[in-house]
Amino acid sequence: MIAPDIGVEEFRAAARAWIKANLGPIQPWDIDQECADDAEELVAVARDRALQRRIHDGGFAGICFPREYGGLGLSPAHQRAFNEELVGHEFPSRFAVPTFSPCAAVLLEYGSPEQKARHIPAILKGDEVWVQMLSEPGGGSDVAGATTSAVRAGDCGDDDWIINGSKVWTSRAWWADWGLCLARTNWNLPKHQGLTVFLLKLQQPGVEIHRIERLTGETEACQEFMTDVRIPDSLRMGEVDGGWTIGTRWMFHERMGSNSPYVTRPVGLSGAAAEGPGPLAIARRAGRLDDPAALELVGEARALDIVTHALRKRMIDAATSGAGNSDGSAIDRLFVGMAHVRQKTIAFELAGSEAAAWDEDEAAQVGTPGMDFLMRQVSCIGGGTTEISRNVIAERVLGMPREPSGDRNIPFRDVPRGPARG
Amino acid sequence: MWHNLGSDQELFRDTTARFLEQHVGLAHQRKVLRHDPAGFDPGWWKSGAELGWTMCLVPEAAGGGSVSGRGPTDAALIAYEFGRHAAPGPFVDCNITAAALGRAGGHEAALAALLGGEAVAGHCLGAAPWRRDPAIEIRRDGSDFIISGEVRPVESAGQARWLLVTGASAGGMTQLLVPADAPGIAIRPLKGMDVTRRFFAVGFSGVRLPAAALVGGFARADEAVSRQIAEAAVLLCAEAVGAMDAAFAMTLDYAFQRYTFGRALASYQALKHRFADLKSWLEASHAVSDAAADALADDSPLAIETASAAKAYVGDKGPELAQDCVQLHGGIGVTYEHDLHFFLRRVTVNRLLYGTPAEHRRLIAAIRLREEKAA
Repeated sequence: MIAPDIGVEEFRAAARAWIKANLGPIQPWDIDQECADDAEELVAVARDRALQRRIHDGGFAGICFPREYGGLGLSPAHQRAFNEELVGHEFPSRFAVPTFSPCAAVLLEYGSPEQKARHIPAILKGDEVWVQMLSEPGGGSDVAGATTSAVRAGDCGDDDWIINGSKVWTSRAWWADWGLCLARTNWNLPKHQGLTVFLLKLQQPGVEIHRIERLTGETEACQEFMTDVRIPDSLRMGEVDGGWTIGTRWMFHERMGSNSPYVTRPVGLSGAAAEGPGPLAIARRAGRLDDPAALELVGEARALDIVTHALRKRMIDAATSGAGNSDGSAIDRLFVGMAHVRQKTIAFELAGSEAAAWDEDEAAQVGTPGMDFLMRQVSCIGGGTTEISRNVIAERVLGMPREPSGDRNIPFRDVPRGPARG
Repeated sequence: MWHNLGSDQELFRDTTARFLEQHVGLAHQRKVLRHDPAGFDPGWWKSGAELGWTMCLVPEAAGGGSVSGRGPTDAALIAYEFGRHAAPGPFVDCNITAAALGRAGGHEAALAALLGGEAVAGHCLGAAPWRRDPAIEIRRDGSDFIISGEVRPVESAGQARWLLVTGASAGGMTQLLVPADAPGIAIRPLKGMDVTRRFFAVGFSGVRLPAAALVGGFARADEAVSRQIAEAAVLLCAEAVGAMDAAFAMTLDYAFQRYTFGRALASYQALKHRFADLKSWLEASHAVSDAAADALADDSPLAIETASAAKAYVGDKGPELAQDCVQLHGGIGVTYEHDLHFFLRRVTVNRLLYGTPAEHRRLIAAIRLREEKAA
């Protein structure tokens, strides 16, 4: 049992001993979360749930979550120490994002005591995987423009809600348990004032889940169609029409992503081979280890890893010292998006013509830099586009004037949602 | 720079900041120091050195020491202020030479003069891990050493009393501390990009030195040189980050002041997004520069690699950021009257010293290959 006043280094030592004794080496699917097919994915899911349970039973789940909800009530520095010790070991990657952050982080801030008591311990035990139901077919970055509607059932005198609409880009919703869902409860108020957040069970009648096939062939992203889904008022989070108060913090926790102090995942620079084939392996396979231009690319990719790691630490230091505002997380989001783009391009460049076609042995050896290049921009789209991050940095970090918009201070039902017709 | 400094460190940094503002403000550099053959006043340098400028990387037992006990971190704080003020003076080479002497032992008089600011030193980096063909060779002749070759650019060689000479010998690198007026040394001034920093080509035609000139072991200096390059990278990056901060701040300010088509520049999304990109480079440069100093202070196994990553990243983004600041200013940004060029010069010159980004990337790749073999 970890004492509530344990120092960071003492905690680190305890974590190291426990991790070494209880967690095996990292698996390929821990990092990229890509499985060959659904059957393998479901095996990975079951194994992630069991791993989270093992961490929970070992006394290391929810390091920054309050003790009353089954966490340890320790500081971000403790979580970081655990994450550093986790490098090279298996971990329940499917819980990291979005279950712990933003979903559990939002639950913790805005959930009712009953909602927290029901869901946070369940998450920490590995029983509940959460997704965020934010983007809609009509809009990704303009999150507050949600048109999924929630109306009071109004019959039999009860205060249930009926939900209709569609959410999209929801990773792994086809097997996940719960979603945080942003819905419109009032169309007569301006955009940001008529939203409400609900807790939605995914696997229930009225929620139809489709898979979206990406250009690589993988299908982890989903689209949900909600048709007259009836849920009790106890699943409403926060005030009716007060959803955007939650939404802004939700966005913050989303931008924090893996940096969030609620997330357990390895952080470090071990360069361990278990993290998958890197640029060096690609350069070797291409026979370019004595080519100075190739070595410069290898060094550049590694330098970007080191800078990424350093920037994460700086953002955490800024938050703990009170020097940064919460919008500073957009800086990290932009940097990491652009760094990934560059790294994918480097890998592609190093691979040469072999990136065009490959057999399975080669893929096991050096990955698929060609396919990764095709999917390159995902790091600048998923989790909020880098364009939105640039707006946030310019307007909220640097204090530059806001963009003009066509949807402020008018009832949402009058906001143009497409080109004028006729 | 760090978000969590101790009050001693803040005082140390702020004292230097005030001193630089007072004595080497940009107006003074623009009008006076520009025409000074040395680019700085030796009396001013001595007063500055008394604030602790050259002590941080030198072990306490050798007469050095730092306010926090974390030498590279404290030295980086001073370097940052040098960059933010585009200050003159042979800050990096004096620190690196003092650190080399302090760790190797011997040369007490020279070290004391560097620590006290009574003399300055230049570093002739005539061999480096990324060089296949060294510029300088050092061989033994009986108990003497013979130096031959030419190295450039060497900062402040014309003002230096000593030169730390790094050259290739059979079996490894050698370092010697050489009086700048030793027979056979030719110091030729070069024209350079910085307003106040002077660079030279230094030629050695069979310069003969006694055994006492040795710093460390003959042909055994590879590790010491790597460490010095990492330390220099930390200081050059911290300087560059200071200069980037100054350039970015004045450009952001300009965007609010300057109106065009009836609106502030700051209101254009095309420019806002550029500023956001610059801000992300700036924060990342702070982060990796600090991380490199911390890794040296902690004696981390990743110290050399982190310093190279910083030199590669900041060396790349520093000039790119400063050039974009010029672009955002328009024509005024390339006038001598404006302050911006001082910072553009600083980041551009710093990019080139002690290894370019390309050279440091190759170093990182070499480290990765070595690590892989060891695993």
